Amino acid sequence: MKRITRALSDITTETAQLGQLEPGVTLQERYLVLALHGAGGMSSVYRARDLHFPNVTKTVAVKEMINMATDPAMHEMIVRNFEREADLLATLSHPAIPRIFDYFTHESSSYLVMEFIDGKDLEALLRETDDFLPENQVVKWAIELCDVLNYLHLHKPQPVIFRDVKPSNIMIDGHSSIRLIDFGIARIFQPGQKGTMIGTDGYAPPEQYRGEASPPGDMYALGATLHHLLTRRDPRAEPPFSFSERPIRSINEKVSPELEATINAALSYDPADRFPTAEAMRSSLISVAKETGILVSPRTAASAGQPSNEVQEIWSFECEDEVRGSPLVMDGVVYIGCYDNNLYALDAKTGEFIWKFATEGGIASRPASDGELVYVSSEDTRMYALSAQRGTLAWTYYTGGPIRSSPVVFEGHIFIGADDARLHVVNMFNGSAAWKQEVAGPIRSTPTIIDERVYFGCESSDFYCYDFRGELKWRFGKARRGITSSPIMVEGMLFFGSMDWSLYALEAEAGWQIWKFRMGRPTISSPVFAEGRIYTGCADGRIYAIDSRGGREIWHFQTEHQVTGSPTIFEDSIFCGSVDGSMYCLDMRSGRKRWQFQTGGPITGTPTVSDNRIYFGSNDHRVYALLT
Amino acid sequence: MTFLQRIFGKASTDLEQTSPDGIETAPLDPATIDGAALSNHTLVGTSQSTGVERAHNEDALFSLLGSSSGEDSVPDFGLFVVADGMGGHRSGEVASALSVRSVAHRLAADPLLHLFDLNGSSEGLPLQDLVRRALQDANQSVVNKVPGGGTTLTTALVLGKQMTIGHVGDSRAYILTPREAKVVTRDHSLVNRLVELGQLTEAEAAVHPQRNVLYKAIGQGANLEVDVETHPIPKNGFLLLCSDGLWGVVPDEEIQRIAWGADHPQAACDELIRAANAAGGPDNITAVLVYFPPT
Repeated sequence: MKRITRALSDITTETAQLGQLEPGVTLQERYLVLALHGAGGMSSVYRARDLHFPNVTKTVAVKEMINMATDPAMHEMIVRNFEREADLLATLSHPAIPRIFDYFTHESSSYLVMEFIDGKDLEALLRETDDFLPENQVVKWAIELCDVLNYLHLHKPQPVIFRDVKPSNIMIDGHSSIRLIDFGIARIFQPGQKGTMIGTDGYAPPEQYRGEASPPGDMYALGATLHHLLTRRDPRAEPPFSFSERPIRSINEKVSPELEATINAALSYDPADRFPTAEAMRSSLISVAKETGILVSPRTAASAGQPSNEVQEIWSFECEDEVRGSPLVMDGVVYIGCYDNNLYALDAKTGEFIWKFATEGGIASRPASDGELVYVSSEDTRMYALSAQRGTLAWTYYTGGPIRSSPVVFEGHIFIGADDARLHVVNMFNGSAAWKQEVAGPIRSTPTIIDERVYFGCESSDFYCYDFRGELKWRFGKARRGITSSPIMVEGMLFFGSMDWSLYALEAEAGWQIWKFRMGRPTISSPVFAEGRIYTGCADGRIYAIDSRGGREIWHFQTEHQVTGSPTIFEDSIFCGSVDGSMYCLDMRSGRKRWQFQTGGPITGTPTVSDNRIYFGSNDHRVYALLT
Repeated sequence: MTFLQRIFGKASTDLEQTSPDGIETAPLDPATIDGAALSNHTLVGTSQSTGVERAHNEDALFSLLGSSSGEDSVPDFGLFVVADGMGGHRSGEVASALSVRSVAHRLAADPLLHLFDLNGSSEGLPLQDLVRRALQDANQSVVNKVPGGGTTLTTALVLGKQMTIGHVGDSRAYILTPREAKVVTRDHSLVNRLVELGQLTEAEAAVHPQRNVLYKAIGQGANLEVDVETHPIPKNGFLLLCSDGLWGVVPDEEIQRIAWGADHPQAACDELIRAANAAGGPDNITAVLVYFPPT
């Protein structure tokens, strides 16, 4: 028989069956019940007045636990366990632990009388607020919690493992200090309930499901609690042990990386990877507080210099205007177009000038080649075929508008889009038109050709699939802005971005939309694929990694300005430029930055990697070669 | 095992040997089978059994396979659903049946019916969003109409060369290629979660007393997060949807052997159910097997 873990917060219905005490009832001729304060599971908490203090109003909390056992031996055992636990609690003395004044058992109920805490638990606090809790507040609570857990773990003769750290067991009292409540004593009254508890919990460490309880287990639960407080994402509503799938800073960017790292360490699956003691976690939190300035540290204002380039430049070459195009690297030569209208051929090893060819407009595209000839498109409306060796002109092809699309060489033809709203298919050898196809708007996207089909986007917001005879196979019209991004195809699916802030995934045969991923701004960046993920840039300044089959974000990296160029993958690194002027190298799997190289102007082109070197242009008029 | 269970259990086993789903079916003409056998057509088989130990069947399935040909014809399409219900007082079987029907209704209306619309108008949602919404609607129906009931649900929407799989719970979708049997869904069970984290081995998980505890299922609250993934259809391969009554008792290698050993997915499905019952049939068994041709 299958069972489902219980839904969140509807446990109170059970207590309706319990014989709750009415206000006015006096227990042991001493505790006058004033009101029901809270109820959960098999217990209720009342606010009561201690009548032994007739001249003042001493308020206490009375916790009532119902003994449901019908078997007399079992009933007796539960009462004995209760008394043993109550004795233990009475010996604890710490400012964060409520004091125990008294306990007794009456008929089928046992009662614990303790300090009444006038405050609010953290679960209630989360419920009543909408914004993220401030980091400094959470760190302060975390340090106090480590302090009390450390006290419990070092308790003699036996350490006390709390086992149930979670927001609802942490109260903030009238002095804004934390108080740990509910020492699990109520669990004694729930024999055989283990199975249903599992899975609803969300805060308990994996090893607790094997019955292991140890100080690192409490550290895990504390980590889970802090994760919940900082992200507002309730772990009971998520798959068990899935904190690493929702990194804190991906939800709440205001949290410092130092605090995130400390919490991640506490949340390690393997207890051996966590903080061994609460004291160790406390030290880590204190240093976080110092680093981030929550606590005043004598070391502040250190290390606040200019970012230095962390990677070696091999050479750079200065042109006469912005370099917005992307390089082609072939046979030891870098071919790159510039807004000074020239296509440059540079020695890939040294950066030495070999030749240049002047067009009559800026070059924003990437050249293509078949080995003999280099094809380059210009905003002067023409595509040129030049000898790769000397840069002499073989032929010129005229379109009816500026060209921003890059040429694609395929089976003796060149496919290219232009602002004259036509896809041009040109004979590679003599530059004559094989066919042209008129579409609804300018084509700045570079076509992708697979299995005798041509796929490309259009500034009209349409996306087209034509066959080699120029016959329309399908058109996708659900994007709401232009498609400048160039498509890629992986396993029968097409991926491209749109100015409507989305990345699209289409089934390639008929153009059905499979998924759409929404970003924070328009995108003209062309996606790349590796290991089941699509990587793309966006004008929201981010480089995204997105699961290709499910359209979910895996990570994103925030640059300082728009990302209009496209990423390039080499081995397990992503290289991508940003308008903030930097070329970034990121770990492909985690999105962590490996290095950053600052140039003097925005980088809008796409880098090319060849022979362990990366080549790209910048709007500071330079072409760069760096070691990867 | 009580006396009654022994009797009924035994009776049930005997029944399985003649008909895997307790319903008399006419055997396919061998000539038909040979003619179609793993040919260049998409083929489907379905089978279901209450199993040996259970009195009720709480599983449900749905299967629809379409193809057309002619100038400008729509590509092959299919919709397949398996659900495994849970909950007392017959709420399990109501939940699974209701969910399957709700998902089939949603996905048949859009996108499948829209395939034939010459104007090509549809709501314009991505397929994954349609699948996600179909499961969420089923969830809402169960929450509203079947309190205390719940169900797993795994569905595959096949359109052209891609299939979009929506999933919650611990029923599974497999892709079987001549080389391997690969599970493409993730069991939403506590035990599997512990396996994923390296806290339990596969062997420990298979016998863990809490292996049936799910952390995600249809009918368990207002907000349901659905796993949705799109995979290319396996050319010269199978898609298998099944409940844990099959995968929990018949090893993957055996599933793989049976699928490839039969002449037709229907024969393979019947054989899979027979194998699960032969292994004790501790639970309801449901299998939907779709064969995709090499081209």
